[in-house]
Amino acid sequence: MPETIEAIFKKHGRTSDELIPILQDVQKEFGYIAQESLKKISRYLKLSENLVFGVASFYTQFRFTEPGKHAVKVCLGTACHVRGGSTLLDTLERGLGISCGETTEDRRFDLERVACLGCCALSPVVQIDRDIYSRMSVNRLTELLKKYE
Amino acid sequence: MNKLDKEITLAKKKWASFQDNKEPIIYIGAASCGRAAGALDLRTRINDFIEEKKVKATIIEVGCIGPCYLEPLIDIKMPGQPRVSYNNVNAKTLSIILKSHLINGVAHAKLALGHFGKKGFEGIPQFYELPMLKPQVRVVLRNCGLIDPEDIDQYLAVDGYQGFIKAITTMTPDDVIGVVRQAGLRGRGGAGFPTHKKWAVCRNSPGDQKYLICNADEGDPGAFMNRSLIESDPHAVLEGMLIAGYAIGASKGIVYIRAEYPLAIERLKFAIKQMKDCGLLGKNILRSDFSFDIRIKEGAGAFVCGEETALIGSIEGKRGMPKSRPPFPAISGLFGAPTIINNVETMGTLPNILRNGAEWYTKFGKEGNRGTKTFSLVGKIRRPGLIEVQLGTSLREIIFDIGGGVQKNFKAIQTGGPSGGCLSEEFLDLAVDYESLAAAGSIMGSGGLIVMDEDTCIVDLAKYFLDFTQKESCGKCVPCRVGTRHMVEILERITHGEGNPEDLLALRTLGDTIKKGALCGLGQTAPNPVLTTLRYFRNEYLEHINNHRCRATVCKELIEYRVIKEKCTGCQSCVRVCPTGAITGPRSEPHNLDLTKCIKCRSCYEICRFDAIAGDAIVIQTGEKKS
Repeated sequence: MPETIEAIFKKHGRTSDELIPILQDVQKEFGYIAQESLKKISRYLKLSENLVFGVASFYTQFRFTEPGKHAVKVCLGTACHVRGGSTLLDTLERGLGISCGETTEDRRFDLERVACLGCCALSPVVQIDRDIYSRMSVNRLTELLKKYE
Repeated sequence: MNKLDKEITLAKKKWASFQDNKEPIIYIGAASCGRAAGALDLRTRINDFIEEKKVKATIIEVGCIGPCYLEPLIDIKMPGQPRVSYNNVNAKTLSIILKSHLINGVAHAKLALGHFGKKGFEGIPQFYELPMLKPQVRVVLRNCGLIDPEDIDQYLAVDGYQGFIKAITTMTPDDVIGVVRQAGLRGRGGAGFPTHKKWAVCRNSPGDQKYLICNADEGDPGAFMNRSLIESDPHAVLEGMLIAGYAIGASKGIVYIRAEYPLAIERLKFAIKQMKDCGLLGKNILRSDFSFDIRIKEGAGAFVCGEETALIGSIEGKRGMPKSRPPFPAISGLFGAPTIINNVETMGTLPNILRNGAEWYTKFGKEGNRGTKTFSLVGKIRRPGLIEVQLGTSLREIIFDIGGGVQKNFKAIQTGGPSGGCLSEEFLDLAVDYESLAAAGSIMGSGGLIVMDEDTCIVDLAKYFLDFTQKESCGKCVPCRVGTRHMVEILERITHGEGNPEDLLALRTLGDTIKKGALCGLGQTAPNPVLTTLRYFRNEYLEHINNHRCRATVCKELIEYRVIKEKCTGCQSCVRVCPTGAITGPRSEPHNLDLTKCIKCRSCYEICRFDAIAGDAIVIQTGEKKS
């Protein structure tokens, strides 16, 4: 049972510098920032909805649609790029039939790109949920996806 | 005797018995990179092994010791023997190592990488004498991979917090600033501004409340020095914050760290709790007048927040957009109060300077560029990893002596990430210091070094960097918002083989204008990768434009895949992996590749390269594009 948004509010003060930590907690709990959450946050902090959405949409961390079951993140840091990270992304886009930033129709996978996971020496890397897979190739990646139901 | 003294005495005792261990110790390199390579799986296997064999052994997770390409690393220290390191351990070699070393007490020379300490084993080299380690000077990274990052006692035992204790008990804040001035420390975040100058301004600014922010928003793609340092030795960074906080007269410290680094955040939180337990945070630390608290603020994913004023905006709960300066944050920063923002590495350096004195620190580096610098050495290099060298070391030494050279022929090295420049072979003897790099059109940056060989397309790389900064541009000022977009569009055209010679002039003009007109560091440095590559690799641009040729066979529109009939054995591997059915042909006969169906996904190329019989039967070619 997820925590209610009111329970999250209790952990934070009502000053505007709490906005981003609240957004982060809400996303952690619900997986995304729903429009309803935006409204509640705006009321709690006494900030306009406009402003709350303006801040939230500025940062890549926040998403406004419900996430899929597995989050697939392709690292496109420099080291991964020069070792073929973008080819991996192409493969995934084609294999899953979605573009970067979208969710598959069966809600099984989310596909995202990240700037750098900091595992550059093991590039190219792909992260699925919390696991980081290093030294990926197109064919290994195709095999790997089958493991995730 | 106060709480901390007791803790230190206890810690030293514990450390001594740890060095003189009565039962085997197994070290697992379990920083993020080690984990990505499978360190945690190995940990489970080791646990199972010692349970099954009923062996007594202590297992500790340590941070990153540097040679990431050798991950996962497992070290074993038997009683009365030096610690031996094993590299690229997998399930199979692990059981061999454990049987040989842990059960029979014989270090496995064939699988071992090196040993620590002077006296060792026959056939196993000394760890610090390895080619990658020997030319390095470890000041900031001195504890990384050696101590348990989750145990404050181990940090205390290796003279941790001694720098801070010295500062707070024997020195005034002005003395501390003086020592940092003598040491010649410059900000390690990239710009290299003298740390003491910034501090002095903040110290002398009026205000009861001052803030110290540690910038751990390591956004440069291709850089992971700060992550490694925090994961491996978090207390060193936190001690640096205490020292800086004392010097500038701040009572609140904030670590602004990327949310993409969950392990580093976890380690910091844990370390802060330990500091509180030891009386190193809170009111009147060590019965002095100095009170200090540290909290963690997670970034939300915006590269521009590495810029000081944007970072402050982000902490205040706003969109992370830079402001024009002055006023500088040292005078009016977070919530309008005087604020100092220092990089993680600067913090990690401070304890060493305070503990050993300014004179000791000036032994490293050269006039104007004192001390050491950490780099993440990655790309097409033989030995990628985290390194630390004296400022002034040449690129050649870093790439060839430490990095073991390039996989194929060296083409270029990018310093400073997306804000830096791309340097060609003629710069190999360039000394890595702030001024020399700037003179070559690049920057020191926070320390990402990306090496490229002939398989990297320079134009594609320049496009990659600019595409990155363009996406990360906050959109506040026109030169950056509109200018970078235009540059990306031109570069896209060129990589698609649709460029024209005037494009190069347009790129330069745009680049120069953005540099002059942009509001913050992100925009002012964004054109650097394009401007430097235009300068040093103009021919590659011209080849793309005039001959529609990408010599590195990277730009998709300019390449095609071909099956070499004479080499193809008809093994059908490529037929199976081809997602569009572009490759056809019966078994044992050379296959056909239908170029109209080929989407250049590389699947066949990869499969074929690993085929022992066929070898390179599939090639990627580039040539004149028929229009």
